[in-house]
Amino acid sequence: MDELIKYAPVLAEGFLENVKLSLVAAVASLILGTILVGMRVSPTPVLRAAATVYVNVVRNTPLTLVLAFSALGLSDQLGLVFSQEPSVNSFWIVAMGLSFYTASFVCEALRAGINTVPLGQAEAARSIGLSFFQSLRLIILPQAFRAVIAPLGSVMIAMIKNTTVATAGGYLADAAATMKEVFDTTGASIPIFIGIVIAFMALTMPIGYFTGWLSRRLAVAR
Amino acid sequence: MTENGDATPLVQMEHVNKHFGALHVLKDINLTVSRGEVLVVIGPSGGGKSTLCRTINRLETIDDGRIVFDGQVLPAEGKALARLRSDVGMVFQSFNLFAHKTIRENVTLGPVKVRRQARDAADKRAMELLERVGIAAQADKYPAQLSGGQQQRVAIARALAMDPKMILFDEPTSALDPEMVQEVLDVMIGLARDGMTMVVVTHEMGFARRAANRVVFMADGQVVEENTPDEFFTNAQTDRARDFLSKILTH
Repeated sequence: MDELIKYAPVLAEGFLENVKLSLVAAVASLILGTILVGMRVSPTPVLRAAATVYVNVVRNTPLTLVLAFSALGLSDQLGLVFSQEPSVNSFWIVAMGLSFYTASFVCEALRAGINTVPLGQAEAARSIGLSFFQSLRLIILPQAFRAVIAPLGSVMIAMIKNTTVATAGGYLADAAATMKEVFDTTGASIPIFIGIVIAFMALTMPIGYFTGWLSRRLAVAR
Repeated sequence: MTENGDATPLVQMEHVNKHFGALHVLKDINLTVSRGEVLVVIGPSGGGKSTLCRTINRLETIDDGRIVFDGQVLPAEGKALARLRSDVGMVFQSFNLFAHKTIRENVTLGPVKVRRQARDAADKRAMELLERVGIAAQADKYPAQLSGGQQQRVAIARALAMDPKMILFDEPTSALDPEMVQEVLDVMIGLARDGMTMVVVTHEMGFARRAANRVVFMADGQVVEENTPDEFFTNAQTDRARDFLSKILTH
């Protein structure tokens, strides 16, 4: 117990990095996933194919490889640099990789949601003269989102836990990396393990409850 | 029948063919709809009535032939097609009101997003139309809270809000409980009297007799007979039509 109290401040700092990564990846993956699903259902074959390939490749690649590729491939080899400060650069590289990865799951959850919207809704939207983009934005996606709030919550929970593999992208400041560092000096400590688990649960459990509540509240009556 | 003196037909279908896979659903259809005309399409199920109706605003594409609406061949896609659709109202068998929007929003969406009307003006017009179809008191409810007959009347108001040049009705009363059919037909008869151009696919023979200018009988993908309602119901010219009528009118 003493070691948990002693190292709590550094561990909390590390955990704060997980929270920051989660916030960035949540926003970015929801936006990117929405764009991807728009492409997947679009009438343009090229867009459909591009999004399908993207989702199938990224979703089936282990996250550690996605992050390693982001850091070693995109950043080191291809020169994608967000900041001259290495730790700041790694943060954004990891946030980007995690967002790209999570977006493919967001896209598939939303696509399942679109499948719950009756075809007649799209026909009615088209028949009053809405464009494809307008009917997607005003009619289809709002109903699709409401249908998959709970599954999207699960995607977000998985994403938050995935921030702990940030090390694979060269970012060494998160709670898991900090914990390892502490263990290197003190040896493994069960209270520290449990402390970090509780911190993550405090973050993810409310998301599960909140999205469950929200999905019941916003359910579209048919 | 031609209110504005324009004698060119509003819709012209010329040698229209359509297949669903191996099934030839529309066989060389030639049909015109005049301005202000109420055309009722009847016939057995699977005869291509709904498909015919849905080709006019290109919810169904056609394989060959051509369809001219208001002097212009139907655009294949994009903005031009959206513009055409905004001029052709559509009322569906299953209502298809936007489930996540209130009744008022259902009616104002098109005018605001497609016609770019100001929200106030669109709201005011929506309330007038809802008043006309007798649903004004339910304006802030959601579609699922209304009965089928009420939903279908809202769907008619939604179509009217676009000031369409014509309205297509695809079996508008087929999904309704029997006691709700008349309230929808009454609204449609009112529209017909006001000179709206209408193509109505229906099994309601009473409506066809009262409101139609012309009846088209379709079976097996073909227009078998075109006639005035009186002639058609009392003195049908084809065996196929007489056979159909004998099955539905005897009881």
